[in-house]
Amino acid sequence: MAKYIAKIGLEMHCEVSETKTKVFSGAKNSYTSVPNSHVRPVDMAFPGTLPVVNKEAVRLALMASIILHCSQPEYMYFERKNYYYPDLPKGFQLTQETKPIPVGIYGYVEFECNGELKKVRVNNIHLEEDAASLDHYYSTSNIDYNRAGVPLLELVTEPDLHSADEAVAFLEHMRSIYQFANISEADSKKGQIRCDVNISIMDASLDENDPQNWGTKIEIKNVNSFGGVRDAINYEIERQTELKETGEYDQMQQQTRRWDEETQSTIYMRSKVDAIDYKYFVEPNIPKYRISKEWLEEIRQSIPELAHERKNKYMKEYELSNYDASVLTSKKDISDYFEECLKIGIDPKTACNWVSVTITGELNKENITISEFYLRPKMLKQITDAIKSGKLSSKQAKEIFYKSIENQKEPKEFISNESAQISDSTELTKIITEIIASNPSQVQEYKNGKTNLFDYFVGQVMKSTRGKANPVITKEILTQELSK
Amino acid sequence: MQYMNKSIEELHELLKNQKVTSQELIKESLTLAHQMQDKYNPFVTILDEAKAQPITESLLSGIPYGIKDNYSTKGILSTGSSNTLKDYIPFFNATSIEKLNQAGAVPIGKTVLDEFGMGGTGTTGHTGVVRNPWDPTRMCAGSSAGSAAAVAAGIFPYALGSDTGDSIRKPAAYCGIVGYKPTYGMISRYGLFPFASSLDHVGVLARSVKDAAIVVDAMKGLDKNDMTSWDSQNIHLFESCTGQVQGKKLCYIKEICDISRYQNANPELKQHLDNFYQTLENFKKIGVEIHEESIDEALLKALAAVYVVISCAEATSNMSNLTGIIFGPRGQGSNYIEMMKDHRTKGFSPLIKRRFVIGSYVLQKENQDRYFHNAQKVRRLIVDCFKELFKTYDGVILPVGTGPAKKLEGSKEMLDENLQVLEEHLQIGNFGGFPSITIPNGFINDLPVGINITGNCYDDANVLNLAYALESTMNYKGQIAKEVK
Repeated sequence: MAKYIAKIGLEMHCEVSETKTKVFSGAKNSYTSVPNSHVRPVDMAFPGTLPVVNKEAVRLALMASIILHCSQPEYMYFERKNYYYPDLPKGFQLTQETKPIPVGIYGYVEFECNGELKKVRVNNIHLEEDAASLDHYYSTSNIDYNRAGVPLLELVTEPDLHSADEAVAFLEHMRSIYQFANISEADSKKGQIRCDVNISIMDASLDENDPQNWGTKIEIKNVNSFGGVRDAINYEIERQTELKETGEYDQMQQQTRRWDEETQSTIYMRSKVDAIDYKYFVEPNIPKYRISKEWLEEIRQSIPELAHERKNKYMKEYELSNYDASVLTSKKDISDYFEECLKIGIDPKTACNWVSVTITGELNKENITISEFYLRPKMLKQITDAIKSGKLSSKQAKEIFYKSIENQKEPKEFISNESAQISDSTELTKIITEIIASNPSQVQEYKNGKTNLFDYFVGQVMKSTRGKANPVITKEILTQELSK
Repeated sequence: MQYMNKSIEELHELLKNQKVTSQELIKESLTLAHQMQDKYNPFVTILDEAKAQPITESLLSGIPYGIKDNYSTKGILSTGSSNTLKDYIPFFNATSIEKLNQAGAVPIGKTVLDEFGMGGTGTTGHTGVVRNPWDPTRMCAGSSAGSAAAVAAGIFPYALGSDTGDSIRKPAAYCGIVGYKPTYGMISRYGLFPFASSLDHVGVLARSVKDAAIVVDAMKGLDKNDMTSWDSQNIHLFESCTGQVQGKKLCYIKEICDISRYQNANPELKQHLDNFYQTLENFKKIGVEIHEESIDEALLKALAAVYVVISCAEATSNMSNLTGIIFGPRGQGSNYIEMMKDHRTKGFSPLIKRRFVIGSYVLQKENQDRYFHNAQKVRRLIVDCFKELFKTYDGVILPVGTGPAKKLEGSKEMLDENLQVLEEHLQIGNFGGFPSITIPNGFINDLPVGINITGNCYDDANVLNLAYALESTMNYKGQIAKEVK
């Protein structure tokens, strides 16, 4: 690629999952596998139904806009994007175009890619409604309206990215923002993130800042995973490079293609001349309303700590290593778990070790998320407290950790039993040697064949440890010592 | 006819004093409905199963009424007078219907309209032409044709209408009754099949101003399902009809009603305008000041175009949900596009299709500025002109249309372009969301004509009281249509 530079822009759609209801409807906004169960009349566009804006969705959208350093509008509008498709019950989608101003315009995002700081300009971010989902079968298609009306944030970047790596790093960064700001779970497995990719290439020798030198923009629609984004970009760079080499690039028309997972290639859909005219106009059923400075300030104040802020805090305040801090802030639920541990009084370094090593290992092994993980922070604290008070050795603590998970029982149940036991063989040997030394006649009798005296010695050990001795280990050691 | 020619207040008295039962009223209303259906065709559906309601403090309890067929009524066929919804039975009530149910009102029938409210003749509904009960060879105007005909014919004291351009107020004039559309958003539009959302109003046709006030009092209010609705709990329309109008000020607009502007005026128009000025004299006698005002004629001439552009644009988008996929008859075809096309091709009348084409055209990217955005600008200018007038005046008073109801047949002559402003000026009430009421103010050749008062937003009580006072100076209150010979 030394000969050419790729210019890549992304349109990232992310469902806002953290509102109770849909963006213009009172139906529940939550994922369910039961089709058509989260539906109100307006979601299916029954005649006479009207949209009602969900203020919480607007608040979260404005929060995203603030985080992305965008300008916010003075008045909020929504617009109709008119087209016919079976997944669009009204025959239009409520969305926001760039005129009037959507929830955010002209911002930027800084993110890290392979250890380097990168910056991408944000053209705009807007709030819209999702369409229904379609399942296609051999001769029929099923429509599920659960998704119709789910709030969706569409983020449009300038073509400031240059490689698949950068694009994916950007998307990961955005996912982390959405998660840490409690805007969305941003789970692409649930279809919550979808991307369109714009890509062109240009001669590396030319000035990148002059749009006249840019190549022909190709839009790749509906790329639904980060892996797909990577593959689609790499494929398209290669395809366009070949066209350059064969001299066909300049004849290529601006066009829309789609990413085909099966063939791992982009497929031509339509050229720009066939672009759909969406006939945008302002939705008359939603009166324009003022976004007050006070409200914006309130939203700004309420932005939760984002991943990079938490990471800095972990390093500065808790003196964790860059690596540990990165692991702990890689996912919001993990970071939340860690912070919950600190809140209830577990020491940061101890919590870090448990979370970033033992627990993360267990999650990977079981392929579950930390929210599905049985052992909650307050249970972990039972273990760490027991270590602190000397009740448990670190080895015992590990054992109890796994026992607790395995039996789905709180560690304290095991700690009370186990800590009543002395399982340490050195300690037991010491006790047993003393008992043997102070009972010479019984030892002699035992050695002479009165083997039922064995229970007598066990009894003595129990007596001297007030029943705490681990019976199995005790018997082992006794057998050994008495045979000496 | 024993009861259905009476006012709501009179009926309520009779019901309360047990001189008549709700059941008896329903029976009479249904009998009349069937009789009049044969003559004038006002109904899509007659609700023979209508049930009596207990008589309460609500003035509307137990009393029959009619509903335009573009209101969503739970369990009752609601067609919008369109083949696209010919079998559609909604599972929810419009908010306004819900409120009337709570008041104990009894729906007797769903009335014919011009398909989805688009049209001003009452001739384009899928169940056929609605005839004027004063003269069945004439139209009722539209689109609330069936409601106007039924109320004028005395089937019930009131019926719901909807008004996007003049769809309540024009038919009211042609049928000799009262038509009132309150301020935009005073009554929730939730459940009203949309035509053009920024212009659509819920309203009522009745035979007296007080009856109209009583009905709107029951229907109005903030609705969480309609973001354009507003809180009007401090407005009491019925109680505001006191007749005290001393010192109120109204104006009329020279460019609209000066006879000298209509050089080839036919005798009907002359009589209509003479009658208008005579009515103004009635008003002056009870202490209302009336002045002549002037508005830029260029703006008035743009009215019709502005209306067509905005209403068609919104309509084409609003009716994109009519695909036959979720509701309505499923179209034939091998894929969804063919199915939608088939449904829409068969379902819509040619008039509506023409309007969709206009709507799409003016919304196209390359045309939006020239047509749609310009129309919105002119709309604002016209509204500003009226708002300026409302700083001085309690309302604008104007004649409705160019005379009495037009003939159904043989009225093919093109509308004289000069007369367009006179025919279309009621649309200003929709542009601004202004409260606007038409009341009957006389007869030309035994056919009724109307006069209109339009006031400032949220000033409904004032406008209604003015209309009430004017009504009291004339003898047309409560009149029932008598067929001309």
